Amino acid sequence: MPWTRRHLLTLEELTLAEINQIHATTDAFKRTLTRSVKKVPVLRGKTIVNLFLEPSTRTRMAFDMAAKRLSADVISLDAATSSTTKGETLRDTAENIQALQADMLVIRHAAAGSPLYLSRILRIPVINAGDGAHEHPTQGLLDTFTMKEHLGDLRGRKIVILGDILFSRVARSNIHALTKMGAAVTLVGPSTLVPHWFTALGVSVSHDLKSALADAEVVMLLRIQHERQASGHFPSLGEYTSMFGLNKTRASWLNPKAIIMHPGPINRGVEIDSELADGDRSVILEQVTNGIAVRMAALYLCAGGQPENVMPTE
Amino acid sequence: MPTLWIKNARVIDPAIKRDGPGDLFISDGKLVTSLSAAAKKRAKKIDAAGLVACPGLVDIHVHFREPGQTHKETIATGSRAAAAGGFTTVVSMPNTSPPADNVGTIQFIHDAVRRDAVVKVLPTGCITVGLKGLALAPIGSLKRAGVVAITDDGECVQSNELMRRACEYAKMFGLPLMDHCQDASMTQGSVMNEGVTSTRLGLRGWPHAAEDVIVARNTILAELTGAHIHLQHISSRHSVDIIRRAKARGVPITAEATPHHLALTDNLLAGYDTNFKMNPPLRTEADRRALLAGLRDGTLDCISTDHAPHTDYEKDKEFDYAPNGILGLETALAVVLETLVRRSRFKLARVIDLMTRQPARVLGLPAGTLAPGAPADLCLFDSAETWTYDAKAGFSKSSNSPWHGRTLTGRVKTTIVDGRVVFANSHIAER
Repeated sequence: MPWTRRHLLTLEELTLAEINQIHATTDAFKRTLTRSVKKVPVLRGKTIVNLFLEPSTRTRMAFDMAAKRLSADVISLDAATSSTTKGETLRDTAENIQALQADMLVIRHAAAGSPLYLSRILRIPVINAGDGAHEHPTQGLLDTFTMKEHLGDLRGRKIVILGDILFSRVARSNIHALTKMGAAVTLVGPSTLVPHWFTALGVSVSHDLKSALADAEVVMLLRIQHERQASGHFPSLGEYTSMFGLNKTRASWLNPKAIIMHPGPINRGVEIDSELADGDRSVILEQVTNGIAVRMAALYLCAGGQPENVMPTE
Repeated sequence: MPTLWIKNARVIDPAIKRDGPGDLFISDGKLVTSLSAAAKKRAKKIDAAGLVACPGLVDIHVHFREPGQTHKETIATGSRAAAAGGFTTVVSMPNTSPPADNVGTIQFIHDAVRRDAVVKVLPTGCITVGLKGLALAPIGSLKRAGVVAITDDGECVQSNELMRRACEYAKMFGLPLMDHCQDASMTQGSVMNEGVTSTRLGLRGWPHAAEDVIVARNTILAELTGAHIHLQHISSRHSVDIIRRAKARGVPITAEATPHHLALTDNLLAGYDTNFKMNPPLRTEADRRALLAGLRDGTLDCISTDHAPHTDYEKDKEFDYAPNGILGLETALAVVLETLVRRSRFKLARVIDLMTRQPARVLGLPAGTLAPGAPADLCLFDSAETWTYDAKAGFSKSSNSPWHGRTLTGRVKTTIVDGRVVFANSHIAER
């Protein structure tokens, strides 16, 4: 089955087959990353613009790195250097980027739905690098890719996502990917940050850490932002840590082979004990490395490449 | 002023319990029971065969943006949109720039209406200075300047104490208060109904409870003070329930629903189309059905559009950043006929009642009837004509409508204000 999408906007709209195609392509690109010459020539002559209107280090660097590994030219803009600070609309900024002959646009934006909005305006492919609390599809893809590397088939596997789910695009993208892949997903956290509405997405919601973690094979932690304290979503970071922080005792409730994941940036000592973040069950840095290969796959496929044609040359 | 003879219409006027075939006669801008033979001879005849003739529609909730936001709408364009939609009397909201919290601005609006309007435009004044919710506007002076109600629409008076005093004070002048019911502390940053769809879309939710608590507050204050509070654009099923119970106790409250809250639900936001973004937001099917039930049993008194124009470039934005509001005047009748009559089996006369006599009654306006002696404000419409709505070709200055490009059934053919044809054959008859 050929890859037909030009945009990567959400994981909600992808089929399981498409997710598997991206994962297979990721796998092929990942093998090129350990070579002495890491570049593949598949996007030579193409220009990719990374428009990051919200702060990001990991995702932006991974997209930069991925574009360069594919031999594309890459230009990165952030809110400070784009004309949005002068009041230019997103439409105008994006149409200007297209008029400058960019071949592809990677967008990070604080407003949910912005990548979809741009995909309707532009002729060039649009890749969502995170839109508000909506989706972060390449993060969901790299997370599920990492899980598959450790667990194999995810069908029936017990996976816990723990933390601020309400405001998390990472959680939403993972929920859509994992439910399509047949995993048993439980969302855990304070009731203010894990509203019952999420059950409509095919996952369980729990506020009891012990029963949720029992025998789970993956626990994915999400960053807790102290701003949520001011908005009344929980009393204090200290209370959050005492109720929901992952520590050694709580980690012992997990399946003995369980992996610990986090999309970063980590608040050490808040959602996770520092020791666990660095421990041998943590795959946090593997996620980062896989982030390059996943973005290579996403850029390559949306630029018109086909999974079976990944023929990396030294 | 021409003498008019409207022939062969199906005349529906719930105010005088008339529903049947017949003619209407208009002389000197008023409805009359008959014309002399000579007058009949020289009268302008309008053949209304196949059409319904009803009182001109009344909308007690529109935004005409003048003064200050005339890039969106003006009294000239807004009143033409009203005429095209069959409305002959509209009540304009005071959240202009500057807000209508002073006699000078009301006078400015009166002047613009006299100069530019093709239908009757009645202004409201603010409850509080600058819509800020901190100090009472000069309500007595506003009344003297001719406002028909006071409201901070778009904002909601958050202080219960100030709202209580506003009620007591306005009651002295017999002036109704209209309230946009929204607890601001519960809706920070919100852009759509809180629920499954907002969860999926990652958009900040506006819980129905934020409306319900203010609706409850207002029923309590209306009961305490005896002031009449009109609850604007009710969207929540729980609010309908609160209003029903309060009315059963005889509390002096009234309430309205909009065509969009009656016809549409929040799952339509899946494509982040900003033409489905308004405040209060579209809610669920259960809420929509409760609004229909509320209109059916009289819990909700009338239908109002909340006609809220914004330019293309203001609406063409990231969903979070686009302003709230949609057009309503030119589509209201067709949408209501579809939603209430064809889909929910309301009687046609009942729907006309909800758009004529009832809104007029809410604010005590001299409108909404074809009784002899009444101002000859009429709407003639074809309830079966199918047409495609092109918002860009409409009479409003803006085109922000969720019904743009949609095929609608039910079309206004002629609108008459004080015996003068202001809209006919898809054209405004210029003054």
